[in-house]
Amino acid sequence: MLSVHEVTTAYQGLVAISQVSIEVAKGEIVLVAGANGAGKSTLIKSIAGAERPRSGTVTFDGARIDGKPQHVITAAGIAYVPENRRLFPRLSVRDNLRLGSYLYRGEADRDQPLELVFQLFPRLSERLEQRAETLSGGEQQMLAIGRALMTRPRLLMLDEPSQGIMPKLVDEIFQAVKRIRDTGLTVLIVEQRMAECLDIADRAYILQTGRVLMQGTAGDIKGNPDVRKAYLGL
Amino acid sequence: MTAETIIQSLASGLLMGLLYGLIAVGLALIFGLMDVVNFAHGEFLMIAMYATFFLFAFFAIDPLLAAPLVAAALFVFGALVYLLIVRFAVRAKANAGMVQIFSTFGLAIVMRGLAQFFFTPDYRSVTHSWLGGKTVSIAGIFLPVPQLAGALVSILAFGALYFFINRTDFGRALEATREDAGAVALVGIDKNRVFALGWGLGAALVGLAGAIMAMFFYIYPDVGASFALIAYVTVALGGFGSVFGAFAGGIIVGLVEASTALLLPPSLKSVGIYAVYLLVVFIRPRGLFGSI
Repeated sequence: MLSVHEVTTAYQGLVAISQVSIEVAKGEIVLVAGANGAGKSTLIKSIAGAERPRSGTVTFDGARIDGKPQHVITAAGIAYVPENRRLFPRLSVRDNLRLGSYLYRGEADRDQPLELVFQLFPRLSERLEQRAETLSGGEQQMLAIGRALMTRPRLLMLDEPSQGIMPKLVDEIFQAVKRIRDTGLTVLIVEQRMAECLDIADRAYILQTGRVLMQGTAGDIKGNPDVRKAYLGL
Repeated sequence: MTAETIIQSLASGLLMGLLYGLIAVGLALIFGLMDVVNFAHGEFLMIAMYATFFLFAFFAIDPLLAAPLVAAALFVFGALVYLLIVRFAVRAKANAGMVQIFSTFGLAIVMRGLAQFFFTPDYRSVTHSWLGGKTVSIAGIFLPVPQLAGALVSILAFGALYFFINRTDFGRALEATREDAGAVALVGIDKNRVFALGWGLGAALVGLAGAIMAMFFYIYPDVGASFALIAYVTVALGGFGSVFGAFAGGIIVGLVEASTALLLPPSLKSVGIYAVYLLVVFIRPRGLFGSI
């Protein structure tokens, strides 16, 4: 479904990822892990169109999307939830969700994903009139994922969804990701909390200093002695 | 000074103030949307007045009928100014503030120069219109009908704008873009499109004001300058970026100007506005309804 082929992206001459290739098949949860500064966020931004790759190709459902404007890539079916969530802070929860379905016309059509969003995150439905900025960190993450689902993506990309969230909610969010996949979506997730995330992922890539260090099924990665030592602290 | 004179002046001040609000709202809208001050705002007003004048002079179209046409033309003009000039100016990597200022300031000078060249510096006026020169008397107060129409148009325009911003999808997109222009792409919105439509809308509103003003002001290449200055004060008073602050700011400016004219010699009529402005800047720098 998504194929990233030898992508190199640089910021002001500084190469952040170099010749990175990853594949994501339909219905998978794929984890991209690695230490701080390994290039995980750059990779996800290069797919979302928030950064323009210097070379390489990104193909989504058979069509090249690298170099396309970010809003076009969203419309093509890739929803991206950035690290800092980028909600519209002074707009209500309702308006934030409503904006997610901006590209659709017709009420029934627009509200269709709402049922799933409320099912996954019931507390959002209790806070519809609240401003997004008044939500807790975990609730903001839920809203960001909810808003992304409202665009009715085929691929959902999450950048560090556990960041700045209390542990209890982290688990809730990971469980929600699993349920989102079970509805037929494909998920690409970037996380530093590798151990918890490997429990829900099908496959994983480990990045180190901008390159793919290792890849395999979640089970293989979890069982790898080097990974256990370096990343899982076991 | 009798009570009647006072009420009479305040009533005229209120009418003028509503018009000031309509002149200023486009400036506030654009600033709120993308933090860019349009220094050519007065020149937008000027071309709107000329457009109204020429529609009258060549096609005998009354300013009242011309108003929607002029607003539509200014909409296109405003969107083009964004797409052809401002879009590139805001991308400047170095000295971004200066680049923004001089891009619209430069545009103002070019527009004035072109108006001098093509329209000549002569003072023009719409010599007769349906409403021109008429007055109505309400409870002993005489009000000029064109100004009354202007005030009405202003109230209607603000009402429509309120509805548009709060009740429509595009209004919600506009609010989202002013909150975080970098984030609207996450829901598939093209921020350049929103910016272009925002500039169009801002220009259309000043276009509406220009068409009304053509009924009772002289039209010449520099006409925008003095009104633009008042518009900047109005916007700063109401709160930079606040669309409805511009409405309140306009009314205050109109009333203060009228009161000053009662108390001081006519040549000092603007002193009051700037005094109030200074006071607000000292006490509440973000303006009455500003949130920044």
